[in-house]
Amino acid sequence: MTDLVEQDMRAMPVTVSKSRYQSAEFSARLQRRYAAERRFRMAGIAAVGIASLMLVVLLGSIVSKGYTAFWQTEIRLEVTLDKAQVEERNYMAILRQALYAQVPEVTDRAGRRSLNELLSSGAPYQLEKLVTDNPSIVGTKQTVWVLADDEVDQFRKGFIRRDVPEAERRLNDIKIGAIDKLAASGAIAGTFNSTLFSVGDSREPEQAGIWGAIVGSALTLVVTMLLSVPIGVAAAVYLEEFAPKNRWTDLIEVNINNLAAVPSIIFGLLGLAVFLGFFGLPRSAPLVGGLVMALMTLPVIIIASRVALKAVPPSIREAALGVGASPLQTVTHHVLPLALPGILTGTIIGMARALGETAPLLMIGMVAFIVDIPHGLTDSATALPVQIYMWADSPERAFTERTSAAIMILLGFLILMNGLAVFLRKKFERRW
Amino acid sequence: MQLTVLLIILVLLTVIGFQMGRSRASASVGGRVVELHSVPSYHGFYVALWAGLPALLLFVLWTVSEGWTVMQIVLAGLPERFTRVDDQALGLLRADILNLAHGIATGREPDPAVAAAAERYVRLRSLGDWSLLAIGSCVAVAGLLFARRRITPDLRARNRVERAVTIALVICSLVAILTTVGIVLSLLFEAMRFFAVVNPLDFLFGTHWSPQMAMRADQVGSSGSFGAIPLFAGTLLITAIAMAVAVPVGLMSAIFMSEYASPRLRTWLKPILEILAGIPTVVYGFFAALTMAPFVRGLGQGLGLDVSSESALSAGIVMGVMIIPFVSSLSDDVINAVPQSLRDGSYGLGATKSETIRLVVLPAALPGIVAAVMLAVSRAIGETMIVTMAAGLTANLTANPLEAVTTVTTQIATLLVGDQEFDSPKTLSAFGLGLVLFVVTLVLNMVALRVVQKYREKYD
Repeated sequence: MTDLVEQDMRAMPVTVSKSRYQSAEFSARLQRRYAAERRFRMAGIAAVGIASLMLVVLLGSIVSKGYTAFWQTEIRLEVTLDKAQVEERNYMAILRQALYAQVPEVTDRAGRRSLNELLSSGAPYQLEKLVTDNPSIVGTKQTVWVLADDEVDQFRKGFIRRDVPEAERRLNDIKIGAIDKLAASGAIAGTFNSTLFSVGDSREPEQAGIWGAIVGSALTLVVTMLLSVPIGVAAAVYLEEFAPKNRWTDLIEVNINNLAAVPSIIFGLLGLAVFLGFFGLPRSAPLVGGLVMALMTLPVIIIASRVALKAVPPSIREAALGVGASPLQTVTHHVLPLALPGILTGTIIGMARALGETAPLLMIGMVAFIVDIPHGLTDSATALPVQIYMWADSPERAFTERTSAAIMILLGFLILMNGLAVFLRKKFERRW
Repeated sequence: MQLTVLLIILVLLTVIGFQMGRSRASASVGGRVVELHSVPSYHGFYVALWAGLPALLLFVLWTVSEGWTVMQIVLAGLPERFTRVDDQALGLLRADILNLAHGIATGREPDPAVAAAAERYVRLRSLGDWSLLAIGSCVAVAGLLFARRRITPDLRARNRVERAVTIALVICSLVAILTTVGIVLSLLFEAMRFFAVVNPLDFLFGTHWSPQMAMRADQVGSSGSFGAIPLFAGTLLITAIAMAVAVPVGLMSAIFMSEYASPRLRTWLKPILEILAGIPTVVYGFFAALTMAPFVRGLGQGLGLDVSSESALSAGIVMGVMIIPFVSSLSDDVINAVPQSLRDGSYGLGATKSETIRLVVLPAALPGIVAAVMLAVSRAIGETMIVTMAAGLTANLTANPLEAVTTVTTQIATLLVGDQEFDSPKTLSAFGLGLVLFVVTLVLNMVALRVVQKYREKYD
């Protein structure tokens, strides 16, 4: 009897489900719903995939375009440092004679003109430096390595193709023949491109470097940091710890949040109108660049510092106040030191952003052809991202390569800074 | 030189003041420090502040105003035939004197009177610097002695120092307001000068943009025209393309990461998106100009389309990629703020995960997502480098993404680079454009931030 009832009880839902939940209609609907679920999930994976793919393509294209810029072609020449020619400082003639001697089969004027173009216009200066550093070599025969022209360099790296008809090629057959001859005797070789890291800008790709831009960026960042960090932290401390809740502080808060979202080029216009126009500060100076960047990173630092201060539990403050510390002592002795890692992390991230920023610097004239390495805050200078912007505009293939290399170096600095920020966060992170 | 010396003196005096104040405070109670109102180091800070602050203020005011004051004195000393001229000539004269004074060769023989003025300028500047050094040091020493004399056991040194520090904190927090005021004033002021020449209505609703102005009256093609509609249209076109890339990808990434991905996967995916956000815009610009543009062009030619080498499409796509992390991290926050109970209720009724997301989570998060998109739009409108490097310069009123268009930011950048006459409508128009850009982004940001705040309050 009891068995029967149990059977009935069990049978009941089954018959119901058979009629409603196991109908062909229902399972078809369920299949559709599951398919939609899978499609939705795939769309999510696709979205993440697209984002990652773009990152890979972006970095890949830059590395593949730029890694060759770290090598540069040099030519070995057996120069005779004739005394008369050295006194006339006619170093180019010395180099050319040596080159003609190595490629004796080219004798006509047009051919020799082609040979002349194999050497960089900076090569005589290399030789001159060698002579001024060591005057005793005058009158002797020396073996020197001098810079090759950027087209020779591009040819050796395979960017100027041999199989293109001569009329469309940037190097004529004479030059290629000479390069092959030099290569056969080992007189042409690639070396590490130290020029790139030691000099300023140049119109000739093989003589152009980013050291000037790196120094300019560093000077700019120093000014930015000296201004924005103390002011930003002080503002954050005031707003988080002391400010009464009223309309004024609300206004300041709204204002800071909005300022963080103002386009960077607007800060450039501000710098142009106020610092250059009104205060008459010099154009192209890291000082002005730093001022503008400081105003731009200020909201970032204030917001990050406030988050860090907020994370310090109230019990710390209460304990300090309880043993008789004044509010300011509470903050400077206890809250601020505990919030410091967070503030530091935010600061580094803000600085990394300032390092990569270009648009405001264009407005205040840091986009200029500057060969010299800046020595002070008011010297004309350019910055690393601006140098990238200027080189990206140059038509020579060799500059494309150097632009990519400069981007790699900029990204290297950014990775370093962000890595430091992550490290600090990991090391000092404290959960209360 | 003198200024550096003064700064060093000031630093030394503050350090000395600190030591003096501290030792005098303990000496005043014979070493029984408990009898003091404040601990001795507060007395030290008190004296140091008196020694450093007034002199520093003087220093700042003096250095800011010295150049101008000296120039006025020098100009007043010049014969009238130099100074009774219009503003422009006066500006030139000033520049001449400054160049001569700094020993920069101008390439032409200076007028003897101007040369004398330059010499006078140099002399007065050096006199000014020396007197600043003397007066500044005196002020610092006077402040130090004054504060030192006031030290007594009852001096409320802590309260006074803390008051000074609080005032400094307030001033620092006002810098943000000052920045906004500075932006608004400088944009308004320069834009007003522009609108004095060009009718604002022509600027906002004109359809022809060619900012080249004639240098001389008889020059051919002299009329610059400043109708900004093509720039607005170009900006909107590129922004729309960027949004078409960034919103679906960013939103779906956020949904995937917050609802589907395992915590382990998330720790991998989040940094990838953060790297995209950390790449400088100039790098995106380079990528857009040298990789994306040829790719899009090649693709278009493969399909038999005529694609400009500076098409709006390539700039827009790359800008969209740049904005993906922005959309995804904001949406991620918003989606995470939707209470779990809503999801649980939906699952309890038998909904699948995607149904829950589409029908429950997204509608609940909609205001926040809209705000995120608005912030992203504001960022796309204000982005400069990608469009300067990858979009064109020709103002083209078109809706075809394969053609070259120009944007507001591109024009600002190109108008102000190189050319520096501040009085030509060409350069001033950049400030007009800047004003429009600022107002539009400000409104977008204000509304979006307000929506986000309201939204947070709803679920908190």
